[in-house]
Amino acid sequence: MELTGAQALIKSLEMERTEVIFGLPGGCILPAYDPLLDSSIRHILVRHEQGAGHMAEGYAHVTGRPGVVMVTSGPAATNLVTPICDAYMDSVPLVAITGQVSRAAIGTDAFQECDTVGITRSVTKHNELVMDPAELPLVVRQAFHLATTGRPGPVLVDVPKDVLTSKVEWWWPTDDELLASLPGYRPNTRGHTRMIREAARTIVAAERPVVYAGGGILRARAAEELAALVELTETPVVTTLMARGAFPDDHPLNLGMPGMHGNYTAITAMQEADLLIALGTRFDDRVTGRLDGFAPGAKIVHVDIDPAELGKVRRPDVPIVGDAKTVIAEITKAVRALLDSGEATLPERAPWRSRISGWQERYPLHYDPPAEGDALKPQRVMEALRDSAPEGTILASGVGQHQMWASQYWRFNEPYTWVNSGGLGTMGFSVPAAIGAKVGRPDRTVWAVDGDGCFQMTAQELVTASSERIPVKIAILNNAYLGMVRQWQEMFYEERYSEVYLSPDLPDYVKWAEAMGCAALRVEDPDEIQPAIDKANSIDDRPVVVEFRTDASEKVFPMVPAGAANGDVVVHPTQAAESRKVVQ
Amino acid sequence: MRTPHHHTLTVLVENRSGVLARVAGLFARRGFNIESLAVAPTDDERFSRFTIVVDVRETDPEQITKQLFKLVNVVKITELAPADAVERELLLATVTADAEARSAVIELVDIFGGGIVDVGWNQVSVMLAGEPARLDDFEELVRPYGITELQRTGRVALARLERQAPRLRTTGKAS
Ligand SMILES: Cc1ncc(C[n+]2csc(CCOP(=O)(O)OP(=O)(O)O)c2C)c(N)n1
Ligand SMILES: [Mg+2]
Repeated sequence: MELTGAQALIKSLEMERTEVIFGLPGGCILPAYDPLLDSSIRHILVRHEQGAGHMAEGYAHVTGRPGVVMVTSGPAATNLVTPICDAYMDSVPLVAITGQVSRAAIGTDAFQECDTVGITRSVTKHNELVMDPAELPLVVRQAFHLATTGRPGPVLVDVPKDVLTSKVEWWWPTDDELLASLPGYRPNTRGHTRMIREAARTIVAAERPVVYAGGGILRARAAEELAALVELTETPVVTTLMARGAFPDDHPLNLGMPGMHGNYTAITAMQEADLLIALGTRFDDRVTGRLDGFAPGAKIVHVDIDPAELGKVRRPDVPIVGDAKTVIAEITKAVRALLDSGEATLPERAPWRSRISGWQERYPLHYDPPAEGDALKPQRVMEALRDSAPEGTILASGVGQHQMWASQYWRFNEPYTWVNSGGLGTMGFSVPAAIGAKVGRPDRTVWAVDGDGCFQMTAQELVTASSERIPVKIAILNNAYLGMVRQWQEMFYEERYSEVYLSPDLPDYVKWAEAMGCAALRVEDPDEIQPAIDKANSIDDRPVVVEFRTDASEKVFPMVPAGAANGDVVVHPTQAAESRKVVQ
Repeated sequence: MRTPHHHTLTVLVENRSGVLARVAGLFARRGFNIESLAVAPTDDERFSRFTIVVDVRETDPEQITKQLFKLVNVVKITELAPADAVERELLLATVTADAEARSAVIELVDIFGGGIVDVGWNQVSVMLAGEPARLDDFEELVRPYGITELQRTGRVALARLERQAPRLRTTGKAS
């Protein structure tokens, strides 16, 4: 069967069971938009290509399937760089199709030409410029394979316009042909048997173990296996920002989020542990704080699909390369074998548990309740959103203070319900990512918690949401500031505020949201919080934006200042004052 | 200068456009330093071989190897410590050699087993292939005559072969 390259491209995407493409057409990709009209694939027309990328990420976060983006060359491709890098940092499976100028024009600075594969080389797992039309189906198949296996990530396929218009004989590569075409790509998913036994022995010998669970648990769909290991070994768990939901927050062994704005107990338990069982995580600096002060007495069992993560930051005592789902199940089996055979018994965990509950009692998450007439407390808004959220609600967030409050105050009891930009920390992530999440899980309520600064970066995608009837809900925590930066200037630059003020009224978020086809509400009084949230939850025929006017002076606590060790975590001033009283 | 700190990575890659940029880009982005780099086709046209020399005091060769392996087009990597490798490099140099100095220069080239590849009225161009350290020595000895141009290729390497047939080996690794 002879097809045009464009038809072959769309057919290849269909073969990969693509249900939706987020994109925006233009000159070089034009030929591909024609066969799209006849395809079963849904296309969502975005207002900015960055939005398409984050939508695809949001879709991937909640479905576990690769998000697909299609845009044209030049400025469209460069607009995609931010979400591609975001997906790279957070190992999100993404397939990006970009148009390119015709082969003969490449290298001539043609109209809308840019070196897309060059620009994206360091932020993709792999990318490919398709010069041979006959290779198109293979390259697409490779892209999906690479994006979704091993350590997932973004893969970009750059397609010259004349490749799309040339004739190709249709073929679809077999599994064998696919593997033969990637001789250097053989991710190792099965852990080393001897290392797995060693991990089991190390775990049963530990007196103060902590499971340090990362986003890899979610990528590997290993939440059940994690729960089984934790329960068998009675090991407390911390879930990083990327792993929220990988282990239920309401489980007594869940200590919450570690790291720069993690809670005191999660941070301190890691510091005091004699063993960290690091699963699908990469010892990010936002988790470890100053490295030479991080978990000084802990042995490390480190499981990761990416061999380069083992020993990159901290040398593990027991390194295991493999897929978290398989390896964790194997470790659990090995631990059970040790316990059943009587070869080992778990040490008494009660002393460790009681130290942990001591920290939990003394340093719970805290904010001072508002005095009469105070602006809204952002934490209070988060609690209200959480408590009113329908079962199974998916939460997305932007980047800043509101993100930390979202992670701290939400209760994640189910995996794949948290959509977040962790590694890159991309302001503007939440609105498009929430839209993509809702496209992937239309059966779920999707809330985005956004900052006023973030919202202004990608709000235009609410036009996309309105016109495509994607009823997401956005809560703007409007503190009139680039709040997280303001917090740093307050604490570390003697309150010298430089370029962080945004104004509460400019723009008028309600009018803006309405102009974009959304329902819009503004909340200024604490008594209005609940009714507004109830109203928002009841609207299901269009996007809703609720603007909460929050207290600009609120800061995120606890905090490990940049460059400090986790042992020097700063707790909320009220708690600090109380503990001084205790000491006196 | 070649020292025991210089390890050689031989990297077998798919022979596709952009592979050099991927490898070079990786080294730049991760802050790994390359001492020398040689790229050449192999006996199988589908693959090329990069021979990369790195200073292991500056960067952990394990991280370099693991990061390189993440490149989809990288098929195989062998890391060779100087003692485990047979290494060769090619040197070409144009040396001042007027009537007075010419015979001395030629003698030096002879001693090192090199050759004269071009002769001008007051210069000769010489070539020498050999172990990098020998090339260093030659370079040092010929320098006083005056070097106007010098090029070295960067080294290529093969793993040293087993000296003993397997059944004669008393101890040793399985591979
Ligand atoms: C694209 C981008 N630019 C700049 C930053 C640096 N940055 C991190 S948080 C932040 C402030 C975010 O402000 P807002 O969205 O209002 O959230 P808030 O901290 O006030 O809750 C900034 C500027 C970033 N993370 N991303
Ligand atoms: Mg703000």
